Order: sequence, then structure tokens, then C-alpha cells
Amino acid sequence: MDKGDLLGIATLLAMAAFIGVCVWAWSDKRKQRFDEAAQLPFADEPERTSKGGSDD
Amino acid sequence: MTHPTAAEHPVYNYKVVRQFTIMTVVWGIVGMLVGVVIAAQLAFPALNFDSQWLHFGRLRPLHTNAVIFAFGGSALFATSFYVVQRTCQARLISDRLASFVFWGWQLVIVLAAITLPLGYTSSKEYAELEWPIDVLITVVWVAYAIVYFGTIARRKTSHIYVANWFFGAYIITIAVLHVINSLAIPVSLTKSYSIYPGTIDAMVQWWYGHNAVGFFLTAGFLGIMYYFVPKQAERPVYSYRLSIVHFWALIAIYMWAGPHHLHYTALPDWAQSLGMVMSLILLAPSWGGMINGLMTLSGAWHKLRTDPTLRFLIVSLSFYAMSTFEGPMMSIKTVNALSHYTDWTIGHVHSGALGWVAMVTIGAIYHLIPPLWGRKEMHSVALINTHFWLATIGTVLYIASLWVNGIMQGLMWRAYNDDGTLTYSFAESVAASYPGYIVRLIGGAMFFLGMVVMAWNTWKTVSPGAAPAAEPRVQPA
Repeated sequence: MDKGDLLGIATLLAMAAFIGVCVWAWSDKRKQRFDEAAQLPFADEPERTSKGGSDD
Repeated sequence: MTHPTAAEHPVYNYKVVRQFTIMTVVWGIVGMLVGVVIAAQLAFPALNFDSQWLHFGRLRPLHTNAVIFAFGGSALFATSFYVVQRTCQARLISDRLASFVFWGWQLVIVLAAITLPLGYTSSKEYAELEWPIDVLITVVWVAYAIVYFGTIARRKTSHIYVANWFFGAYIITIAVLHVINSLAIPVSLTKSYSIYPGTIDAMVQWWYGHNAVGFFLTAGFLGIMYYFVPKQAERPVYSYRLSIVHFWALIAIYMWAGPHHLHYTALPDWAQSLGMVMSLILLAPSWGGMINGLMTLSGAWHKLRTDPTLRFLIVSLSFYAMSTFEGPMMSIKTVNALSHYTDWTIGHVHSGALGWVAMVTIGAIYHLIPPLWGRKEMHSVALINTHFWLATIGTVLYIASLWVNGIMQGLMWRAYNDDGTLTYSFAESVAASYPGYIVRLIGGAMFFLGMVVMAWNTWKTVSPGAAPAAEPRVQPA
């Protein structure tokens, strides 16, 4: 195996990893979880009205 | 820990966030003032007053350390401590350790401000501080990591919000980079020598240097972007799934781009080419993240008309897009042959540093100050707008003048006559750069002036009696 083969294998592995992350991120199974996560910056908002609690 | 309300809301540690927020503004002014001074020295060399302590060579690392680690660092500490608490709905695990991080970091900055003008330096760019300060940085950083990850571990939410992934990657990577690049053999309290020889030392230095850009100045500030852009726009990020791909692609690729700082040097050709190719690939995750931030505003673009804070955040993403296009282009070896060692590089750095890092920071700080001090909004929204235009026009003047200077210098240096002699002496290219240095000085001074406006606005907002303080101080643990 020469350097060219190693480069090829490395490229394929990187490609597989990238495709894997994409498939994982866009799978239907995780849609709900990610939709919930996207709301996290707003999840502690109710304190805005709570008295004497935190200040936002 | 006391909960003042029956609701299960923890009380966050806002004290350390407030401290770092104020110091972000203070160090921003100090660091940028030194920048304006050295920009003036390039236009008017007599301004070094023949003093070794005011020499460009000593003030320049003071400027870079102050803006990156004092201004940018304080901003990252403030925002990461704020975001981790609010998105995990948990208080920092230790107030004492958080306080240690604050005072430890301030000590590092003061030591840097003393030792660099005195000429104590390890001569590694962005890592000039001598070994005792490096040890202190390591201790403070470990404390930071404990507080940060400890807080994530005790979170009340099931998911770890994407901003925390970026902050987490930045904290871990900076620890690794700092320790490995700073490995040195001390010969006295104020002098040490790198353990790496020659070319290897250069490669380790730029592996550090470029990833300091990639993780300190990019991943950390993307963490800011992923929290403050949705928050200020009052809508969730455009695509959470894209943010996950963005994260893994960015951190996996950034790590390899360092060799583009060493094109046409003693570094082996294959390493140079690898750095170039990885830099080109880096365009994809950079723009993926940028689009994710910008598109968060889709359907709410009208907010930009009335909200200068949001404008800071969004325009910072535009500069991010510009500089992350420019960077890969400059990493191409044939382009680099023209651009390297010219002012183009400094212009590129500042399109990232002023346009992206400073502007996203300023937007985040304007968002942070009112809730931290229990105010409805900043003292003057009109002054935020003034600051916005000073910063934007200042940045544009700065980078445009250095594009012109850089390309001109590159062309003059490579011009030769029919008989093979150089057409221009180096000094001729310096003389030709003079107008550009004046415009750069004006642009930098405008950006600095904007920071002064910010400081006044901040003072009017937080000073006691400026507005009713709705908020009691943080409860004791």
C-alpha cells in the first residue's frame, strides 16, 4: 500500500463521517428532540414575570 | 442555594457575568487604543518617541494580546457563563471557582501588560507571554473548564444546546493548544526556550496560531452567535440540524489549516498543500454556519430597521462571510505568493477581528447589559445606532485601505526589470503605503471612538440611580 492508497482511504473515511453526521442529524427519529432543543434559549423565559427571581 | 420563588427556577450567578461584561468594555477600549497608537506609528514613525517601551515591536504584541485575550477573552467568559446557566437552567457549580477565574484572568492580563512592553517575550505570535504566566493561564483555564462542564453536568434540561457545544469545543481545544505550544525549558524566571526545533517549532506555532483563530475567535464566538442571534431576533435558529453538521464539520476541518501560514518556507510541500486544501474545504462549514445565523432572521428582516443591537449581530455575520471567503482564497499558494508578508494579511485579520469578533461581541454585550442590571433597555438606543455606524464605516475603511496597500506591496516586491534587477527598493513600497496607513488610522480611530460611545452608554445604564433596579443582587449560596 503506498501513500496514494492511504490518501484515498482517508478521503473516503472523512466523506463517510460527513454523510453519517448528515443522516444522523436529518433522521425523522430525532426531529422532535432537535425542535425542542432549538427552543432552549427561550425555555427559561417565564422568570421574566416571576417576582424577585432572576432578572430577565 | 435559596430559591426566591416557589417555581423551580434556580438563581443564576450573574455576578461573574457582570464583572466580565464590564471588563470586556474596559479591555476593548485599552486594546483598541494601543491598536490606534501603533497604526499611528506606522504612518508617523516618530511617535515611538525613541523609547524602547513604546516601540512598535513591543506594543504590537500588547495590542494583539489585549484585544484577543483581554477583550475577546472577557467576552467569551461573560457570554459562556451566561449562556450555560440559562440554557441548562442551572447555577454555576461554584461561585468561588468562578470568581477565581475572573480574578485569575485579570491577573494574567495585567502581567501581560507589564511584561510585554518591558520586552519579556517567548517570541511566539499570540503566545508571547513567558512561562510563569503560561502556567497561570493553564491553572485558570482548568478552573474555567471545571465550572463550565460541571454546570452542564448538573443541567435541568435534557438536551445540551448547540451554543454550549461550540463553547465546550473552544474550552477543550484552547487548553490543548496552549499547553502543547507553550512547552518550553525555562532558563530563568523571565526566559525560556521552546522545546521544539526549527521547522517543527514553526509548525507547532501555526497549528496553535491558526486554531487560536479557529477555536478562540471562531468556535467561541459562534457559540455567542447561536444564542444571541435567536434571542435578539426572538425566534429559534433557522435549522438546528444544520447547526449540528456545522459544528462537527467545522471542528474536524479547522484543525488542519495551520500550514497555510507557512507557504514557501522550509515546511515540506505536502504539508503546505494539505493546509491549503483543508483551508479551501473550510469555506463550506463556515458559510453553512453563517447562512444558519442569517436565515434565522427570515420573516423578521424588518427588525433590522429598528434594532441596532440585532444589526450588530447580523452585520458581524456578513463580515464573517467575507473573511471566511477571503481566508481560503489567500491560502491558495499562488495567491499567497502575492499576499504573504503584505498589509493584505493584516486587513484580512481585521475584517475578521473587527467585523466579526468585535461586532458580534458588541451586539451580545448590548443584549446582556439590560437583563444583568435589571434594566428594560440600554440608556440610549440611538447611541447604539451611532456606535453601529462608527464600527461599520471604521471597519470598511480599515480593510479597504489595507487591500490596496497589500496588493500594491505584493506587486511592487515582485516587479523586476529586463536585466533581472528589482524595479523597486523595499523602502519605495513603504513610502507608497503612506496614504493607506493614514486611511487605516482613520478607520481604526473610528472603531475606537465607537467603543468610547459604548462605554458611556454602558456607564449611564448600569450606574446606580440611572434607572430603577428591579433586581435584587444575586442570592448568597
